[in-house]
Amino acid sequence: MAGLIGPDGVGKSSLLALASGARRLQSGEIKILGTNVARAADRRALWQRVAYMPQGLGKNLYPTLSVYDNVNFFARLFDQSTQEREWRIAALLKATQLAAFRDRPAGKLSGGMKQKLGLCCALIHDPDLLILDEPTTGVDPLSRRQFWDLLDSIRQVRVGLSVVVATAYMEEADRFDWLAAMDAGKVLATGAPDELRALTRTESLEQTFVALLPEAKRRDRQPAEVPTHSAKHDGEVVIEARGLSRRFGDFVAVDAVSFEIRRGEIFGFIGSNGCGKTTTMKILTGLLPASEGTARLFGQPLNARDMQVRSRVGYMSQSFSLYGELSVEQNLSLHARLFNVPSAEIDARVEELIARFDLHAARNQMPPELPLGQRQRLSLAVALIHRPEVLILDEPTSGVDPVARDQFWSHLVELARGSGVTIFISTHFMNEAARCDRLALMHAGRVLTVDHPKAICEARDTDSLEQAFVDHLLEVTDEAEVAGKDEIEAAVTERGAHEERASASSTGQRRWFSGRRLLAYSRREALELVRDPIRMTLALVGTVILMLVMAYGITLDVEDLSFAVLDLDQTGLSRDYRLNLSGSRYFSEHEPVSSYAELDARMQNGELSLVIEIPPGFARDIKHGRPTAVGAWFDGSMPTRGETILGYVQGMHRQWLAIQAAQVSTAPRSPPAAAIEVRYRYNPNVESLVAMVPAVIPLLLMLIPAMLAALSVVREKELGSIINFYVTPVKKIEFVLGKQLPYVVLAMGNFALLTLLAVTLFGVPMKGSLLALSVGALLYVVCATGLGLLISTFMRSQTAALFGTAVLTLLPAVQFSGMIDPVSSLEGAGRWIGLVYPTTHFLAIARGTFSKALGFAELQSAFLALAIAGPVLIALTVALLSKQER
Amino acid sequence: MHVGNSVYLGIKELRSLLRDPIMLVLILYAFTYSIYTAATALPETLNRAPIAVVDEDQSPLSARIVGAFYPPFFIPPALIGPKAMDAGLDAGNYTFALHVPPNFQRDLLAGKSPELQLNVDATRMTQAFTGAGYIQAIVTEQIGEFIAGAPVQANGPVGLAVRARFNPELEKSWFGGVMQIVNHVTMLSIVLTGAALIREREHGTVEHLLVMPVTPAQIMLSKVWSMGLVVLVATLVSLVTIVQWLLEVPLKGSLALFALATGLHLFATTSMGIWLATLGRSMPQFGLLLMLVLLPLQMLSGGSTPRESMPDLVQWIMLAAPTTHFVIIAQGILFRGAGWLTLWPQLIALTAIGSVLFVSALVRFRRAIVTMA
Repeated sequence: MAGLIGPDGVGKSSLLALASGARRLQSGEIKILGTNVARAADRRALWQRVAYMPQGLGKNLYPTLSVYDNVNFFARLFDQSTQEREWRIAALLKATQLAAFRDRPAGKLSGGMKQKLGLCCALIHDPDLLILDEPTTGVDPLSRRQFWDLLDSIRQVRVGLSVVVATAYMEEADRFDWLAAMDAGKVLATGAPDELRALTRTESLEQTFVALLPEAKRRDRQPAEVPTHSAKHDGEVVIEARGLSRRFGDFVAVDAVSFEIRRGEIFGFIGSNGCGKTTTMKILTGLLPASEGTARLFGQPLNARDMQVRSRVGYMSQSFSLYGELSVEQNLSLHARLFNVPSAEIDARVEELIARFDLHAARNQMPPELPLGQRQRLSLAVALIHRPEVLILDEPTSGVDPVARDQFWSHLVELARGSGVTIFISTHFMNEAARCDRLALMHAGRVLTVDHPKAICEARDTDSLEQAFVDHLLEVTDEAEVAGKDEIEAAVTERGAHEERASASSTGQRRWFSGRRLLAYSRREALELVRDPIRMTLALVGTVILMLVMAYGITLDVEDLSFAVLDLDQTGLSRDYRLNLSGSRYFSEHEPVSSYAELDARMQNGELSLVIEIPPGFARDIKHGRPTAVGAWFDGSMPTRGETILGYVQGMHRQWLAIQAAQVSTAPRSPPAAAIEVRYRYNPNVESLVAMVPAVIPLLLMLIPAMLAALSVVREKELGSIINFYVTPVKKIEFVLGKQLPYVVLAMGNFALLTLLAVTLFGVPMKGSLLALSVGALLYVVCATGLGLLISTFMRSQTAALFGTAVLTLLPAVQFSGMIDPVSSLEGAGRWIGLVYPTTHFLAIARGTFSKALGFAELQSAFLALAIAGPVLIALTVALLSKQER
Repeated sequence: MHVGNSVYLGIKELRSLLRDPIMLVLILYAFTYSIYTAATALPETLNRAPIAVVDEDQSPLSARIVGAFYPPFFIPPALIGPKAMDAGLDAGNYTFALHVPPNFQRDLLAGKSPELQLNVDATRMTQAFTGAGYIQAIVTEQIGEFIAGAPVQANGPVGLAVRARFNPELEKSWFGGVMQIVNHVTMLSIVLTGAALIREREHGTVEHLLVMPVTPAQIMLSKVWSMGLVVLVATLVSLVTIVQWLLEVPLKGSLALFALATGLHLFATTSMGIWLATLGRSMPQFGLLLMLVLLPLQMLSGGSTPRESMPDLVQWIMLAAPTTHFVIIAQGILFRGAGWLTLWPQLIALTAIGSVLFVSALVRFRRAIVTMA
């Protein structure tokens, strides 16, 4: 068992990611089990023999999936048969005491349980090498101990198993057979723990590590001495919590917590991730209201709206909360202004803090460019800008190296002892906790005990604070969660027996293509989809909403145009002309206009789109055969509508003339020289809905499935579970098809919904072959999801994937695919894109089957195009997909 | 309560924006190139319409008719046989198919009044209606000239004098350019405020603000004024440089009144951005919500197709959307030169919608902070 030790950001994780083959090696060589990791062909053999558990609690797990589903997914990735999967999962869950929680979603497990589940998933294929990256960070001490015990038991049974571990807890490193201390991307020293201690003549490994650091870094270090708190125990109570509780739904984050903190005290909170430290702190800063209980600050009941109190408290959150776009100096002065520091004093105060926290060199830099230690100091400076009496610090030292941590603590000591600032700090480092004046041990929302660190140890009759904490935890933890060593061994042995029996198991066999691995991804994706309401809503309700919007929004018939008459003739004939218009469905008549001024006003405010001006003497002139003209004023501000009005008015005028001629004229008119008979085919009434609805379906079936498919891959990249694809034997093609399948099914559901809507709500008749339309839709959604997956190979963030997919699908689908203008009317690049883009072809199928009563035979070229496009897109995706992190 | 806080925070927002090259490029693109292309790319109603002629007459007259169709309105006609006509229409190769029957010229000269048949693919709405009109006019003209050698009088004894107001040549670039600006004002103001808030939440800086003596109202106000200002300035600059100078659109009406209306509209849309950001928990969710909201706002506001042609229910619902009123105002001021005397109902409506959105966003914002942990 080998260990990598060193603080965060020194290159431990990168080294392990390279070793596991998850990240691409730039130069050099890594040999794992005698195989060169840099060669893709050799790496393939390693996937069966190596397991990798990345950093971060449950990073490669799927939080919405149950414990069983998670392990099952991994087993399928290794192509294990149902029978083999069942006994392996059963044995592993039993050994890790997770059997009782097999149906609980992974996201709702405690940190320790998540790590045990991670271990199950890693061990499912019996690896020879286990790579664990900080498996116990953020886990409570009891679970940490259990985790190592479990690993020991497993190693006793599986003798050949080698383990490589990275850790930031120096205490844990004593368990390892061999250590490599790392700093700034380099290995400082290697050897057994005792050898290293002997080399540096130090006692604890933490001291050993500091002694190994280069001279320049060591120089600044003065181990923080904490003078004892001189304030008497009857000093003024600054923070007081009484029976404080906070619930989120069913989950109790903070459970009846009580404590009081006196002026000038350094009060510590220690506990695992998610034990309620942060929530308690947020309640005390007024960020969260308590569900029950009372909190008092400075003797007053907490009032989140009291600005007076806020200016007496300084808060530093886990994430440091600095403005990344503002320089160090700007960050300080902005906060000074917001805290109402008098403007005359701001500059002096900013200078003072820059000097005090040694930020001169960085004053014009942006926080993201700074090393973590400096960012942490800046964050403290920001929290102090308004000289608060109370400082609330939420895990201010996580991720910072031991030297910087010591510096930070000397600042804190100076503040508490020098300026009498009350400090409330949370941490998960035992040695920091030991420096506090008083300490509260927290677990699962409850405070186990509050006392001086030494007193806590004495009460449990031990020297180590950690042992005391474990003792307390044992008292409150359920029997079920704590397993005796024997039990673990029994389970592991049983498992071993099984293994011999099934020595010819399918694991280890290498198949080029496995439907099981493919379906593992499909199954998982489908399960996740079902449990994510937002994505489901978008997929189903979203398409319906968009269909309604588009079908009505892209309406091309112009109806109910408002018009009025300026009738300067006022005869029967002029009224007849008016009635001719108002009787049509295209026009709706408004109050007549009486003057030119009114005409201007009413057209200007948009009320009237058309005004017909009938000149004085209109009827008389016609009667006497004198030339006369009707005036038509129309609103040209919306040119398309203007053109339509123009067409309608001319048509109506001709029609009126014809009727007049028939009625008035006595002389027989010669028949027209020739007639043109216009037949509007497929859509005889030239209705917009009939034309638009079949066109909207292809658009939506492109946009939504492509976006969902793209997001599904990029989401894994962002959340980190893509690692499972990198380090398991899944083939690229299996990954791509497996991901695609559920979205194809979902899109077909969408298609059914949209078609139903088109036929019922919109009343668009389905004239052709429904079967042809459905087959076309299937081919098309394969293209659409394939396109989304292709796009996802280029994108890293979900936001980029979202907007990227929108741009790459919306524009070609709307503009170039013949939805509004036929492809043959387009010019230039748009025409070429239109010719190859899948939407063009499915549009032809949709319009052909809906409106033109066509079937397979007539549309074969469109089917052919889609049948080719799908596989091409998938092949491209497979070619461009990387099975390693770059 | 310090009004100053909103000012400092707003300045911080502006500084952040300055340091975000992607957003700056997006804004620049949206208000320059995108406006220009949207204005100029709108095809004329009839552009290169695909037409086929089935010429069973093969006479000088039919040749004359075939020769009368040419770009830019039509692509040169495909000459096909009578059997290929249906297949071509079915496959969507042509929007129009004109059938000239055998002996057409002879019958015409004999005064038998023969009939031509024009088949139109009416699923192609944009071309079908206008195109059919053009084709009828062209064919009639050709026949008339063939018989008489002179143009035929289109209107009978009573003339029709048609005059388009506000845009006499019916130039689409006028409309396209201005409406694109209106769309971008809505989109960018929602994206800028919403995305900024989501990013601050993800980075935990909003939470940090709330432990300071700053109220949620001040935080919201700072985002509303700063992002609103950015979009307002971009709008006015783009209107003057791109629309007025480059596209040579004669804008009527008072720019100051338009600026005021834009300001009111921005008050409403920036509030809406914040409201949406409190609804979505992450950037992808915000993006998805954005699409669902933005599309109806743009397509049903009357900025792309006339409002009066939509179903009554849609018209009613859309009265609650700020874009509807802003589109009316923008068209009124910029095209028709309307003043505040005409547009006051819309200005009041915008103010009311903006206030409702601001208050409900504030309520949600306060509540969202509580559940953020």
